[in-house]
Amino acid sequence: MTVLDLDNRILQRRKLWRRVSRSTGIHLGGGLLVLIAAIALLAPLLAPHDPIAQDLTRRLLPPFWQAGSDPAHRLGTDHLGRDYLSRLIFGARVSLGIGLGVTLCAGLIGTMLGLLAGYFGGKIDMLISFIITTRLSLPIVLVALAAVALGGASLQTLAIVLSLLLWDRFAVVVRSATQGLRNREFVQATVSFGASSLHVMLRGILPNLRNTLIVVATLEVANVILLEAALSFLGLGARPPTPSWGLMIAEGREHILFDPWLIALPGSALCLLILAVNLLGDGVRDALDATSS
Amino acid sequence: MLPFLARRLIVAALVALAVSMVAFGLMFVAGDPAVVLAGQAGRAQDVEMIRHAYGLDRPLPVQFLGWIGRALTGNFGTSLYFNLPVATIIGERLPVTLMLGSAAFLLAMLVSVPLGIAASLKPGGLLDRAALLLAVLGQAIPSFWLGLILIVVFGVWWGLVPISGTESWQGYILPVVVLSYYAMPALMRLTRAGMIEVLGADYIRTARAKGLARLRILMVHALRNAVLPLVSLAAVQFGMMLSGSIVIESVFAINGLGRLAWESLLRSDLPVVQAIILILSLIYVTLTTAADLVNAWLDPRLRSAR
Repeated sequence: MTVLDLDNRILQRRKLWRRVSRSTGIHLGGGLLVLIAAIALLAPLLAPHDPIAQDLTRRLLPPFWQAGSDPAHRLGTDHLGRDYLSRLIFGARVSLGIGLGVTLCAGLIGTMLGLLAGYFGGKIDMLISFIITTRLSLPIVLVALAAVALGGASLQTLAIVLSLLLWDRFAVVVRSATQGLRNREFVQATVSFGASSLHVMLRGILPNLRNTLIVVATLEVANVILLEAALSFLGLGARPPTPSWGLMIAEGREHILFDPWLIALPGSALCLLILAVNLLGDGVRDALDATSS
Repeated sequence: MLPFLARRLIVAALVALAVSMVAFGLMFVAGDPAVVLAGQAGRAQDVEMIRHAYGLDRPLPVQFLGWIGRALTGNFGTSLYFNLPVATIIGERLPVTLMLGSAAFLLAMLVSVPLGIAASLKPGGLLDRAALLLAVLGQAIPSFWLGLILIVVFGVWWGLVPISGTESWQGYILPVVVLSYYAMPALMRLTRAGMIEVLGADYIRTARAKGLARLRILMVHALRNAVLPLVSLAAVQFGMMLSGSIVIESVFAINGLGRLAWESLLRSDLPVVQAIILILSLIYVTLTTAADLVNAWLDPRLRSAR
């Protein structure tokens, strides 16, 4: 790497930073996400009640903007008398935990497959591309549902199943990025020094994929959170009494006629979280795109 | 064109084979299917009997070949719950899902493509920003939740549409809207990005310089090239709508393929689930292959590229 290259790099980093500090998407999305993450982390301190403690004498209390609300339960109680605010707060843990955990596992699988396919090419690439195509051809929601149903519905099963299914975008993106990088001079130089393939992939190529991976991971987190909510809504994810937003919507569904706020609240929470993640992801992508071009 | 066609079809056939293996293998994820079939009250001799009756005591490859062979002739076995041929049950439900999916797909294309084109005319303009904002907001709304909210607002509060079922055509309105809106942001963005790229090309400037009508440049010269990636995405989105309608169908109580799959899962009716997974996958493979062929037809360069 020449001095000029280094200069360029520093310049680019500054440019990127300027982009980031000016992007409203990153500010808004990032801020919102930090807030939700803080709520999830501090849930036991913030929640006014135990999220799974039932009180059948205080069922379906309305939230504060409706007549007859109870100051002890600002957002009311559900059909089993559980404090809704506390359940919403603890629900953030489920969504964020599954979102980050699954994305991490799926990202590892996808990155590994993409690196192997892009680096070695030839038969290995053909095989992995075939696996990717097959995976893309499967109806994801249905296969996930079936696997969770057969493996016994629980958050753990759901997390494992989604991790094993959602690596496709990582694999596709990493594969094509690796193909582009593997013939670049600095990678070829490492090869000519006699570095092992593993070393070249992990030290030469992987660090250069960082930006791409960040963008894909952010968008994937949103995808995972939505899928967890949908599967829990269908009764094949989180089990009662777990405070999952998707499950809360399913439980509130029976009271949709008279108490639509029971589904409006967890749904809005989901929207906010997904919006935050997407804003951040789009913002980061735009900032990176603009600096690299 | 012919070698390309042949190669593409061979890949499609191989993918179809791999997909059917997954659908078949799913039955064994939970462990011994004979035990699952026997249920909780099943005794040891019941399990043995079922194992023999369903041919589960034969080697796996033999079972798979038998299953796929029968599936090719339209025989997907017998539903454990309905005690009817799986093909018959699916034959009743598939048209509903196809109808729902097609209508949603049409609506999504009708909204997102013109919107994407309009947004591309002035990147950064008011319309462009509004469209992008809508896309970002739209992508954040879970479709099953939007469905429930629309049921409350339009069905319960305003009483404009039936709140469930598809006895009348009005029953299709909300499900179609909900199913289609989720595909719109991606389609819109791709149309916009493709158009912006194409509109900056030299030949568009030439066309303008020649004094061609603006609309003609847009529709004939630009759209044809911008539409290439859109064909692939449209095929993918249509396939995802068919398989994604599982959530929508359960929200709106529509007796389509998705709801059948979900209910069959809940009552461990595995032959039905397997058949549905296989059918949806095959539709998807057909769609994406068709999209590739359409692209190769639109752009001859692609025929030699792969």
